[in-house]
Amino acid sequence: MLDSPVVKITRDEIRHVALLARLALDPAEEEAMTATLDAILTYMEKLAELDTSAVEPTAHILDLPTPWRDDVVTNAPDADRLLANAPARDGDFFRVPKIIE
Amino acid sequence: MSAVDRSAGAGATYEAVIGLEVHAELLTASKIFCGCPAIFGGAPNQHTCPVCLGMPGVLPVLNRRVVEFAIRAGLAAHCTIAPYSRWARKNYFYPDLAKGYQISQYELPICAGGWLDVPVDGTTKRVRLTRIHMEEDTGKNIHDAHGSESLVDFNRCGVPLLEIVSEPDLSSPAEAGAYLRALRTLVRYLGICDGNMEEGSFRCDANVSVRPRGTIALGVKAEVKNMNSFRSVEKAIAYEIARQARVLEEGGRVVQETRLWDADREETRSMRSKESAHDYRYFPDPDLPPLLVSHELVAEVGRSMPELPDARRTRFVASLNLPEYDAEVLTSRRDLADYFEAVVAAHPNAKAASNWVMGDVLRLVKERKLDDALVITEWPVAAAHLGELIALIDEGAISGKIAKTVFEEMVATGEAPRAIVAARGLTQVSDEGAIAAAIDGVLAAHPDKVADFRAGKDKLLGFFVGQVMKATAGKANPTLVNRLLVEKLR
Amino acid sequence: MSVEADLDAWTIAEAGRRLRARELSATELTRAALERIGARNAALNAFITVASDDALRAAAAADARLAAGTAAGPLDGIPVAVKDVIATACVRTTAASRILADFVPPYDATVTARLKAAGAIIVGKTNCDEFAMGSSNENSAYGSARNPWDLTRVPGGSSGGSAVAVAAGMALGSLGTDTGGSIRLPASYCGVVGMKPTYGAAAKYLRRRQQLGVHLEADHRLVGGAGAGTPIHGAHDAAPTRGGRRVCHSVAVSYARAVRAAVDTLGGLGARAGSASLPHTEYAVATYYVIATAEASSNLARYDGVRYGSRLAGDSLLDMYCRTRAAGFGPEVKRRIMLGTYALSAGYYDAYYLKAQKVRTLIRRDFARVFEQADVIVTPTAPTTAFRLGEKLADPLQMYLSDIFTISVNLAGLPGIVVPCGVDDAGLPIGLQIVGPPFGEEVVLRTARAYEAATEWHTRRPPRVGAAS
Repeated sequence: MLDSPVVKITRDEIRHVALLARLALDPAEEEAMTATLDAILTYMEKLAELDTSAVEPTAHILDLPTPWRDDVVTNAPDADRLLANAPARDGDFFRVPKIIE
Repeated sequence: MSAVDRSAGAGATYEAVIGLEVHAELLTASKIFCGCPAIFGGAPNQHTCPVCLGMPGVLPVLNRRVVEFAIRAGLAAHCTIAPYSRWARKNYFYPDLAKGYQISQYELPICAGGWLDVPVDGTTKRVRLTRIHMEEDTGKNIHDAHGSESLVDFNRCGVPLLEIVSEPDLSSPAEAGAYLRALRTLVRYLGICDGNMEEGSFRCDANVSVRPRGTIALGVKAEVKNMNSFRSVEKAIAYEIARQARVLEEGGRVVQETRLWDADREETRSMRSKESAHDYRYFPDPDLPPLLVSHELVAEVGRSMPELPDARRTRFVASLNLPEYDAEVLTSRRDLADYFEAVVAAHPNAKAASNWVMGDVLRLVKERKLDDALVITEWPVAAAHLGELIALIDEGAISGKIAKTVFEEMVATGEAPRAIVAARGLTQVSDEGAIAAAIDGVLAAHPDKVADFRAGKDKLLGFFVGQVMKATAGKANPTLVNRLLVEKLR
Repeated sequence: MSVEADLDAWTIAEAGRRLRARELSATELTRAALERIGARNAALNAFITVASDDALRAAAAADARLAAGTAAGPLDGIPVAVKDVIATACVRTTAASRILADFVPPYDATVTARLKAAGAIIVGKTNCDEFAMGSSNENSAYGSARNPWDLTRVPGGSSGGSAVAVAAGMALGSLGTDTGGSIRLPASYCGVVGMKPTYGAAAKYLRRRQQLGVHLEADHRLVGGAGAGTPIHGAHDAAPTRGGRRVCHSVAVSYARAVRAAVDTLGGLGARAGSASLPHTEYAVATYYVIATAEASSNLARYDGVRYGSRLAGDSLLDMYCRTRAAGFGPEVKRRIMLGTYALSAGYYDAYYLKAQKVRTLIRRDFARVFEQADVIVTPTAPTTAFRLGEKLADPLQMYLSDIFTISVNLAGLPGIVVPCGVDDAGLPIGLQIVGPPFGEEVVLRTARAYEAATEWHTRRPPRVGAAS
């Protein structure tokens, strides 16, 4: 592992990111995750060595135009098959714990 | 109306700055990225497939018509159409969001800039647009079905939307309402959205802030959501202006937040659950290459554009000599304006046509709720028939009064007015001899009244006209009756 | 009397010839493959799901076509394996994750549909790193596949099971996916051929998430045609017209020696070799892992326990999400989701994601410059041959660095193929990577074909493991 005197990510940030990512981490996982991500992010610092101020980002490897389709309905109703993998359902609805707004 | 009153009070020291974000569901046949039908309602999850349910490994394929509709809106609102725009992912977790992200546009939307000219209090206000972009709609959560659970239906998930974002150019609930109506008229003209707020196919969020009157710096804004009618948009904004003004007056600070309009309690409430704490982490969608829009495509869409409400209104005033008010009412719907023009085409008397259309025709349209349809196809009377009816009046063949009877008959039977007039013998009597004979009869029957008239009771002329019309079963030409009566009584 | 299927010796072309000559039936060939799987899978763990019934049904249908003379093409009746991240209708598709342990897709991925339409017999779903995230196959919720050359070593990842299945004769070809080296690395470690087409060569025609490719024995031309969805011609026994190029990085001595020898071989066939400079290669791993984890964090958001997949109960919706995902994903997947979420989060986007996209531009330009003068670039596939199980598990960064030679090819979206080119001192396979310009599949295949024609490495087979079959 690479050592870095500067901490790239803190335990609190790990908790915040875990919430954003909807991952429950126990304290031991949080600690391990903090150390590993810190090392990886330190390695990624390499990128800062390069001057990219005049470089365009490559978001897509191909500059092909978006392939598109005509506005035609092609799908027939198939709720039963599509809901077959549902962890919980109510008729043809998916069921989830109550949403609080 | 207490909310509005409060805002009026607040208006004395604070002014509101309002921008609207409108989501318009597009009238495509299929969804934006899959071949499921993009129709409202249906049995739960009936209109879904592995793509819009976000199953593993599936990929989006763009519906071309969505792009065409976006260009249509952009051209109509004077936007710059971007030759190169990009799809982005907006990441957040919510049960109605199948993939855990919404495919939208972020840095590079398809339309930028532009404006809408909005009629406000007899003048026109230019409201600038920030952008118009395309995105997919979410499914629907049904919250109250079970005590501890919610249900999810993805029929709406993937229905194409345009998000139309205005600059914060609006300064009152009424202006916001006027802008929203103008925008709805526009999207309906363009045939890209049915503009139905109640069913949620035309939705509006409002960014509202207030600042001391006369200052320039913007206040902290709140985003107000969950309004499902024009009235609730105006009420919610009024409430929010008053609330923020009160917070400031009491020495507090307005918090940047999302607030929900509660239509029953007529107030906005803060949305503060942990689940709504978002960091959307927008980034270019790797599944969709950049969207390249050629000049040819823009030109092709431009050629398919209908005349827009602004232009049509101006034309109605300038070349048909209609009053501004008539022009505005008649151009409020494309189908109505089309109908009106068809009447004028049948007989070129625009003002008479306008009176009939805005009067009797619209009354029946509203009574019969024909305007619930996106496009009215069944009018109470055919435009050509209405033109013919006006022609009969102008020719002097029937009186305005008889015309009303004929109109009722046209509505009831669907027959042409000339046929009705002929069949029922309603043609106006313009034979001076016949009218003179009727007058003589009337005068002979009322010698006392003739004496009174000659003694100076001018008002009795109306009585004589009525009697003559009665004697001729209403068919006598009223102008002739008047002239001959005056001659004979003199 | 039919001939006995020789799964170790036969290529797809040869098996196909025999099927069409009715020397044996598709059912017999498929049965032989299924028997081989039955005998060896306990030791190799190459398959997560074996689809015996479906395969035999499909084989019977293929036999009917073969008998009627209406065979669908060169793949008709050929047993193939499909990586378990690729959807197969009515056959469980787990992506090697617990979260999809019971997921049965109601649809075929386009490649699956293409394979079926071409008459190929899908014998099962191969092991891999969870959601194709890994370089060793050890990140599978179903245990790692094993390297058939040495059961204590990894087969490489992520498409480990696909390479193992072909190396051990459990199928004559297989589909993998390759977003950072996931086909080529296992091909190198297991001594088989692995091809990754140009990004978009398949995407133009197919709808699929990951970069797809194939593992096969020698007959890349055939499976390339069906799997990539774009007809690949060529593969003539001709050397490249212009020079090949090689790149040097820190590579195990015996590995480097084998690659140099391969370059000499190509030189002997008429190629002119020079050296190429790809100065931004050292940034490729950092670049890739920023971009790939960011995308993964978003791609994997759909596994939320709502519409499919396993769910853990929670006190609230938020709790359900967090527990479902914590229990459903393995450590490496969680690590990548965390990294990617961080890289995209407010305040960090420019420093990580956008920066990586810009460095990616520099990497692309490196290759574009070299391809102005070269037809192909030849490199080692990995810094080492197959490493030991567990060796790099504790150090994710070291694991990421195994992708150093393959990853920049993905960032630049280029086609690449790996062919066996030697063995190290322990007898473990070494793979030669041949990289072409965008849509240069033909020159890549032609070079590989020429190399194979001049060498024997691709005919080596691993020792038999498990019960004899």
